[in-house]
Amino acid sequence: MFHWLEKHPFFFAVGVFLVIAFAGLVEILPNFAQASQPVVGTKPYTLLEMAGREVYIKNSCNACHSQLIRPFKAETDRYGHYSLSGEYAYDRPFLWGSKRIGPDLHRVGDYRTTDWHENHMKDPAGVVPGSIMPAYTWMFTNLADINTAYADQLTNAQFFNVPYNKPVPMKDGTTLTVPMAKSVAEANAMALEEAKTISADMKDKDVQDMVAAGKIPEIVALIAYLNSLK
Amino acid sequence: MENRPLEYDYTVAKMFMLTTVLLGAVGMLIGVILASEMAFPGVNTMLGSLGLNEFTNFSRLRPLHTDSVIFGFTLSGIFATWYYVGQRVLKVSMAESKLLMFLGKMHFWLYILVVAAAVVSLFMGITSSKEYAEFEWPIDIAVVVVWVTWGLGIFGLIGIRRERSLYISIWYYIATFLGIAMLYLFNNMEIPTILATSPAGETGIGAWYHSVSMYSGTNDALVQWWYGHNAVAFGFTVPIVAMIYYFLPKESGQAVYSYKLSLLSFWGLMFVYLWAGGHHLLFSTVPDWMQTMGSVFSVVLILPSWGSAINMLLTMKGEWQQVATSPLIKFMVLASTFYMFSTLEGPIQAIKSVNAIAHFTDWIVGHVHDGTLGWVGFMIMAALFHMAPRVFKRELYSKSLMGTQFWIQTLGVVLYFTSMWIAGITQGMMWRAHDEYGNLAYSFIDTVTALHPYYTIRAVGGLLYLIGFFMFAYNIYKTMTSGRRVEESELQSASPMAA
Repeated sequence: MFHWLEKHPFFFAVGVFLVIAFAGLVEILPNFAQASQPVVGTKPYTLLEMAGREVYIKNSCNACHSQLIRPFKAETDRYGHYSLSGEYAYDRPFLWGSKRIGPDLHRVGDYRTTDWHENHMKDPAGVVPGSIMPAYTWMFTNLADINTAYADQLTNAQFFNVPYNKPVPMKDGTTLTVPMAKSVAEANAMALEEAKTISADMKDKDVQDMVAAGKIPEIVALIAYLNSLK
Repeated sequence: MENRPLEYDYTVAKMFMLTTVLLGAVGMLIGVILASEMAFPGVNTMLGSLGLNEFTNFSRLRPLHTDSVIFGFTLSGIFATWYYVGQRVLKVSMAESKLLMFLGKMHFWLYILVVAAAVVSLFMGITSSKEYAEFEWPIDIAVVVVWVTWGLGIFGLIGIRRERSLYISIWYYIATFLGIAMLYLFNNMEIPTILATSPAGETGIGAWYHSVSMYSGTNDALVQWWYGHNAVAFGFTVPIVAMIYYFLPKESGQAVYSYKLSLLSFWGLMFVYLWAGGHHLLFSTVPDWMQTMGSVFSVVLILPSWGSAINMLLTMKGEWQQVATSPLIKFMVLASTFYMFSTLEGPIQAIKSVNAIAHFTDWIVGHVHDGTLGWVGFMIMAALFHMAPRVFKRELYSKSLMGTQFWIQTLGVVLYFTSMWIAGITQGMMWRAHDEYGNLAYSFIDTVTALHPYYTIRAVGGLLYLIGFFMFAYNIYKTMTSGRRVEESELQSASPMAA
């Protein structure tokens, strides 16, 4: 058979394709629908959080930080409860990372504050002596891309049925509704309101002036996102 | 007329040889910069006075390193060798078909365009975040066009072949084409955000190139690592095996040791490799049975991997003196040795209890690099060394320079992986250490500062490899421009080299 295949390239190629496609079908498909179900307490990202998530991706934070707590004592001691599949239901793309040059961030919102992040992003080694993380000073001047984040939210709602403007169940038995804007203008206004709650806890005068002038620097969005990681 | 030897046309092969060298140098240079940044964080802000920190810091550069060595250096090497090996084993010249020649050139120029677009977009931070699949949808579409163009070229050349039976290397090139096509398509399924409409009726909101992944969370991770792992399979393993099956027998003048072994290794590799992707997700939130499958198949994978490697080493049976006399054979024999080493190390790391320590640490980085520097890099450079005299009809410029390069780079690789082993295991053990009261023994930063010496050694190792690569580039350049002209009769097996 193999000798025959070697003389018939078309059938050879078909054979190779079937052999390599097989594993993917068996491993990936069976669990697909189930794995995308959210757990109770998982909510869609707000507009500013989404913009912050894009800042996180733009700067490849995931190159050095994981968002996946493995079920070991050493990990749960350090980072909190191990990660659950449903917690990632609204993560497109996933941001587990593959290398911890820095610590895991999956529940960083539980133990770091706006204030801490502000100082740390400006001068990591000043906050954590010995840190090899570079400073991300440009995030204090670059503006967050709210329009793209809004388009991201819309895409999530329209193509993947992510429940914006719908009540989602929370752990304490209540429900919570994450609102989504009806227009670009409303979206920018909403993001600014969110940004004000973050910048109120920040010390940087320039950042506060920018927010007061209706502009949202990347750092504000990023901190909103990091605070949402719980 | 049929008795006249064929004149093969290496126009396209030469073009891709050029990009192999150029993009290799760029990718490895960025690698050395990244390594220095980890050892000496001040390097991150080296262009601070120009306000360019945003573009030189570790996180922004990291995808540029991985993508330029994978899709720049390695892929160019694969294309260059295809446009050389393909003609020779199929016994047909590119010059015989205007269409194939056109497709080949188009393939090259489209590839250059995609490379340029990819470099610019990654510097700007336009990325989908998925490792080795960072490009956004417009570039993804262009990549598909480049790939299809290459595929048309492959099957076109096969279509007009004189040699009916496909040589082993051709099997591997076909598998490379099909494997990457399947993986790339499925992993990059995404919805461009410009397709969304706001309730107020606005369309085309935000950045036009932005997209949202078709899969979420755990599913996205599963598809990504099915891709990520197998992009290694079909980018770093399969096509490199294609190369060694052609170049080692050719350069040494020896017949391949065993046809049956090559058959077993090929079909074994095709079947087993794809299952092993799950080993990137051990102890994650993907179902346990998938993790176990990933782990088990990783160990099974030793069989077909070693099959190829042993087949190559035994091809040298009775001719081992060539390893001592020819630096070119040295490169290939060490490449297959590193292949064996790396395909043993991988399965060890895929065992769950080992992975619990190794995952997220530098040991993984070390593993990748003994494979890429030792196996992929050495084999591609050896292939280009073998091709250069035949393509340019000139003698290799300097044998002694090749020898020096070999030892400098080997030392570089050894420094690289030994330091990363120690760094990885040190960090993995420190992360899990508890004191007598059951509290964590180290804060995270303790586990970072402890690695400084190893990061420094790694940067030195990487620098040595880069220096060797520049020697390689210089040697090829001098061969092109001032090597002694040679006749066809000198090019039968061992490549001609000047002292």
